[in-house]
Amino acid sequence: MDPVTDPLSKVFAALADPTRRDLVARLSVGDATVGQLAAPYDVSVQAVSKHIKVLADAGLVRRDGTSHRRPVSLDAEVFDMATAWIERYRKKAEERYRRLDALLAEMNDEREDDTA
Amino acid sequence: MTTSTGARIEADPTLPVIRIVRDFAATPMQLFRAHTDPDLFARWVGPDGMATRIRHWDARSGGAWSYVAARDGQEYGFHGTFHEVRPDRIVQTFTFDGEPDGVALETLLFEDLGDGRSRLRTQSLVESIEGRDAWLRSGMEVGVDQGYAKLEALVAGGHV
Repeated sequence: MDPVTDPLSKVFAALADPTRRDLVARLSVGDATVGQLAAPYDVSVQAVSKHIKVLADAGLVRRDGTSHRRPVSLDAEVFDMATAWIERYRKKAEERYRRLDALLAEMNDEREDDTA
Repeated sequence: MTTSTGARIEADPTLPVIRIVRDFAATPMQLFRAHTDPDLFARWVGPDGMATRIRHWDARSGGAWSYVAARDGQEYGFHGTFHEVRPDRIVQTFTFDGEPDGVALETLLFEDLGDGRSRLRTQSLVESIEGRDAWLRSGMEVGVDQGYAKLEALVAGGHV
């Protein structure tokens, strides 16, 4: 898969920027307009608008129309997807470590046998 | 992103890193042996239903390793070098034979928690965040599970 157009890579690339992560964190609380989102930052509405465009291109947020007065909202489905990938990887690691648990338990038994 | 049960995982949003933390009812030395003794390692590392065959194993600083995971006549090889092997840590490289230009730098730390328990911390550093995410997607294993199918449906449906 082309890493530039691959959807999940776009998601993570969009989230690589600390300002965009902060924007996402604030949008997870509730929808907000670009003007509201820009207020706490020492940057222009235009700069925040560019960040929102990157997040929108990655499918992370939705904005109806281009007006700054229109609210921006998170696309929860894409977040579920990114979380799902990490959870899937975690499960694989956990399965591997459960096999290691079993092996270590056997090693404990052997050690007890040795000392018995 | 972390979870509270079993292995905890974190994919750093700004670095091409995956970190996993897991506690074990074993001493650090037992954990170390399970990672350095080839016969022990082969018994737990492979996915369920796959047989692990060690091709080469020299678990010393400057040594190398290589093994194959096999199922139904399909074989998947992996290899790397042991950069540093000490009772409290292993630093090694990891390459999937099918993608020979890719390499991860893995650091494993064995921490004594007392009372015969220990904590394993692993960190995998790959070459790019995109590569890390591809890694997360592939899971290094075979087949397409429901999550994968669901994602593909999302992509195909133009949702992402």
